[in-house]
Amino acid sequence: MSAAAIKRWLPPVVVLVAFLGLWELAARWDLIAEALSIEPFLVPAPSDIAEALWKDADLLADNAWVTLQEIALGLALAIACGFGFALALHRWDLLRRAFYPLLMASQTIPVIAIAPVLVVWLGFGIGPKLVVIALICFFPITVNTLDGLRSVDPDYGRMMRTLDAGRSRILWAVEVPASLPFLASGVKIAAVVSVIGAVFGEWVGADEGLGHLILVAQGQVQTARVFAAVAVLSAIAITLFGLLTLLERRFGWWKPRQPKEAR
Amino acid sequence: MRTTAEAPDMEPRTMSGDEPGANGPQGGAPIALRRVSHGFGDLEVLASLDLAVGAGEVLGLVGPSGCGKSTLLELIAGLAEPEAGAIEVGGAGAAAERLGRCAYMPQRDLLLPWLSAIDNAALAPRNRGASRAEARAAAAPLFERFGLKGFEDSRPDELSGGMRQRVAFLRTLLAGKPVLLLDEPFAALDAITRGEMQEWLAGALRTEVRTTLLVSHDVEEALYLCDRVLVLSGRPARVVAELAADAPRAEPRDGAVSAPSFVAVRERALKALREGSR
Repeated sequence: MSAAAIKRWLPPVVVLVAFLGLWELAARWDLIAEALSIEPFLVPAPSDIAEALWKDADLLADNAWVTLQEIALGLALAIACGFGFALALHRWDLLRRAFYPLLMASQTIPVIAIAPVLVVWLGFGIGPKLVVIALICFFPITVNTLDGLRSVDPDYGRMMRTLDAGRSRILWAVEVPASLPFLASGVKIAAVVSVIGAVFGEWVGADEGLGHLILVAQGQVQTARVFAAVAVLSAIAITLFGLLTLLERRFGWWKPRQPKEAR
Repeated sequence: MRTTAEAPDMEPRTMSGDEPGANGPQGGAPIALRRVSHGFGDLEVLASLDLAVGAGEVLGLVGPSGCGKSTLLELIAGLAEPEAGAIEVGGAGAAAERLGRCAYMPQRDLLLPWLSAIDNAALAPRNRGASRAEARAAAAPLFERFGLKGFEDSRPDELSGGMRQRVAFLRTLLAGKPVLLLDEPFAALDAITRGEMQEWLAGALRTEVRTTLLVSHDVEEALYLCDRVLVLSGRPARVVAELAADAPRAEPRDGAVSAPSFVAVRERALKALREGSR
C-alpha cells in the first residue's frame, strides 16, 4: 500500500473502528438499552451483527441476489428511459419547454407513497420494484444527461454545420459523446438511491429480497439480522458505486486513452 | 488594386450555381457582399457593407475587437442571413447554398477530444456519410503533406497547440469547399508558434488554392498571409483602408516581415487601424 493510499484511507478507517468499538462497549454494558429504556437483546453489538452475517450467510446471499436483480434491472430501465427522454427533450425544444418544469415538479412526488398503488396495479412480482427503482433513478439520469447535452458549446454546432453535418449528425457525433460523462455521474447517483428504491419496493409487497428479510426479522425482533441485512445493502450500494467509478475511469471519455479500435 | 466599389463587377466566373464545389474546391469561388447590414437588437454591427473577393484570393480583415468581423464570417458562411443586403458565394445567394461552399475554422481548434487527430480531420467526409475507413483514407495524404505524419492516432490532448491548429485546418480543407473562412486561427498560440504556423499556412495556401478570408487582430499576420488586407473601423464596421500586401506568403517569413517595404505597409495599416478605432 502506497503512502498516499494510507494517508487517504487511514482517517476514515480510524473513525469507523472507533465508532464500532464504542458501539460494541456500549452494547456490551447495556448502556444504549438503559438510555432508551428497552430490553438489552434489542441492541445488538457489532460482534452480534458479524455473527448474524456469518450464521445467516446463505439466507442473506439468497435474498441479496433477488434484490440485486431488482436493482440491476431497475437501473437499466431508468438508464434507457432517462437517456431516451433526455435526448427527446434536447432534440425538440417544444418538448423540453413542455416537460422540463413538470420533470422538476415530479421530484416532489414521494415515489415511496405511490408504491402501494403500483403493487395493486402490477402485482407482487418484480414489476412494482422495478418501477419504484426506475422512478427514483430516472430523475438524476435525465437531468444530468440533459445538462450534458446542453453543455456543448454552440460553436461546435456552427463548425459542424459548415462541415456538412445535419442536426442529427451533430447530436450523435458531438452532443451525445460529450454528454456521456454527465450520464455517468447521473448513473452513479442513481445507483446509490436504487438500493433505497429496492428496499421500499419490497416493503410494500414481496416475499423475498433483503427489504423483505428486514421486515420479517423486525417482526421476529431479530435485530442483529436486521442490521446484517442493512450491512449487506450498503455493501451492494458501495460496490455498485465503486464499479461504476472504475468503469468511468477505464472507459472515461477523453481523459485516459480509449482502447484502440481495430483498423 | 481592386477596390470595394467594384463589387457589382464581381459576378461569378468560376462557378455557375451548380452543386456546391461543382468545379472542385481548388481555385476557390468569388464572394460578393452588397449593402449588407446586420445587428443584434439595438446593436448595429454591419451597416451597408460592400465587399468583393476574387476567386482564389486571400483577403485579410483586421479591425478593433468587437467590430463585427466574426459576424461577417458567419453571415458569409450561411450560418445566418443578414437583416438587409445580399451575399453571394460562387454566385449562390441562399444561406443553405453558401453553407455548402464555405468551411469555417474558428479561433479555438474545437477538436473533439474523444477522436484521434485523423478522425477529427476527417469529420466532413464522415458527416457526408463516408465510412470511417474511407474518411481516414481521404485525410491520410494530407497528414503526410502538412507535417502531421505519425500523429494520426494521437488524441487532441496529446498534441501541441500548433499541431491542434494544423489538424483543425486540415479538417477545414477536407470539407472540400472552395471558400475557407479563418476566424483568428492562431490567436490562441504563443508568438513563436504563431510565426511558425503562419509560415506553414502560407505553404498550405500555395498548393491549396481557395478563396480565403482571414480575420485577424494581428496586422502583421494578415499582411504576411493575404494578397489584400482591409482595415475595418469599430462598429458598425466600414472599410477605412485597403492595402495590397507587399510579398504575400514569401519564404522565409522572418525575412519577408522585416523587409522595409513590408514594414512600410504595416505602419500604414496600423495608422489606419488606430484612426478607424476612434
